[in-house]
Amino acid sequence: MTTVSEQRLATIFVEVADTLVGGFDLIEFMQMLADRVAGLVENATVGLLLADEQNRLQFMAASDETTSLLELLQLQWRDGPCLDAFRTAEPVVNADLSTASPRWPRFAPYATAAGFRSVHAFPLRLRNDVIGAMGVFGTGSAALDATDVQIVQALADVAAIGLLQERAIHHSEMLTEQLQGALNNRIIIEQAKGAVAQAHNISVDAAFELIRDHARRTHRRLSDVALRVLTDVTSLPDLTAD
Amino acid sequence: MELMQRTCVDAARALSASGVGVSLMTSDGAHGMAAASDPNTARIEELQFTFGEGPCIDAAAAGRPVLVPDLTDGAMRRWPMYTTAILDAGVRAVFAFPLQIGAARLGVLDVFRASSGAMSRPELGRALTLADQVVTTLLDGQERTTGVDELDEAFEHRAALFQAQGMVMVQLGISLAEALARIRAYAYATDRPLSEVAADILAHRIRLDTDHA
Repeated sequence: MTTVSEQRLATIFVEVADTLVGGFDLIEFMQMLADRVAGLVENATVGLLLADEQNRLQFMAASDETTSLLELLQLQWRDGPCLDAFRTAEPVVNADLSTASPRWPRFAPYATAAGFRSVHAFPLRLRNDVIGAMGVFGTGSAALDATDVQIVQALADVAAIGLLQERAIHHSEMLTEQLQGALNNRIIIEQAKGAVAQAHNISVDAAFELIRDHARRTHRRLSDVALRVLTDVTSLPDLTAD
Repeated sequence: MELMQRTCVDAARALSASGVGVSLMTSDGAHGMAAASDPNTARIEELQFTFGEGPCIDAAAAGRPVLVPDLTDGAMRRWPMYTTAILDAGVRAVFAFPLQIGAARLGVLDVFRASSGAMSRPELGRALTLADQVVTTLLDGQERTTGVDELDEAFEHRAALFQAQGMVMVQLGISLAEALARIRAYAYATDRPLSEVAADILAHRIRLDTDHA
């Protein structure tokens, strides 16, 4: 990943720092961050978790949203690299899953069964404030070197600073409001997956792809499309049309 | 609604509030105060419906909390009539938490304080937990004792549970809130964890028929 051009990296950093746009949406932002990091690290799937007010890590976005990855991220409220990164505020890098069972008795076997071989986790932090964690799951055995770790952690830091700093200065309630709204939007997305799966007789993963593709094609937020699906049950919108 | 009133009284104590109220606002437009910690708070809770504006109405519409730690700081511009009335009633801070599970929106839990100041993080956590409990009470229509283990176990499989809710909604052609209630009722009736029932629904191993209500 250290072969990525400086120009490309600079563009990504600017994009991740830009959290003050009008109509900012936490889920869309997290989705962008997950996609960018996945584009930097070879053969990696990236997932993002944010802590709610009860200090539970909650799934926000992933570069490849499938049921198995979602479960993998969710079960880390008990043990796992993301939980470790969140609690210690330090990254967990190059953990070998084949020997990680004693450390993460629930997470490691599940991750291995899902086809992953390596895992890294980075805290989303600003000084002593840790708001979540980023998991980077690899199917290959290639390790991240020190520079890679620095770059990914720096991206996570920039994202956390953007989310925390401005909101803390101007309106400390804003992050809670946005986070809670985003957590509920995540629920709406899951509910919509089930509704679309049932209506079209397809899997929930296939249902998500329909919803996401429709959102991209029509330049709308994932959660807006999901909400429309759920409020218009009698005539489920045709997600393959514009 | 006696249970709901007791919840409001407990919540007021737990959150150092001068009063706590619960209003129901469903997506079909029905709304009204459901319970309050005391008669004075009941009057205050009604103000949002009198004026048709306020943090509570905004929280319900946006599906996220609206936290106003100081009503003298900008609230007058957002909700002029409501803010005037509620300041007159001696309230200085309002914290409105939507009662919802995804797109199933049931109402709002409102926390009023006589002095301005932000809620601490532990208080926010407590308020959100209380809001979740009120949602559960509303869905079940009665008090049930839910062990911590069951909640923890459900948390891990929560995505599957939400997916099952959407699925049942379409399958039975009912509202999302009704689908939530139906799944919970089925789990209680068959004495099985919610996560197992959700997994069975997703795998089409069970189907909640309309006559199983």
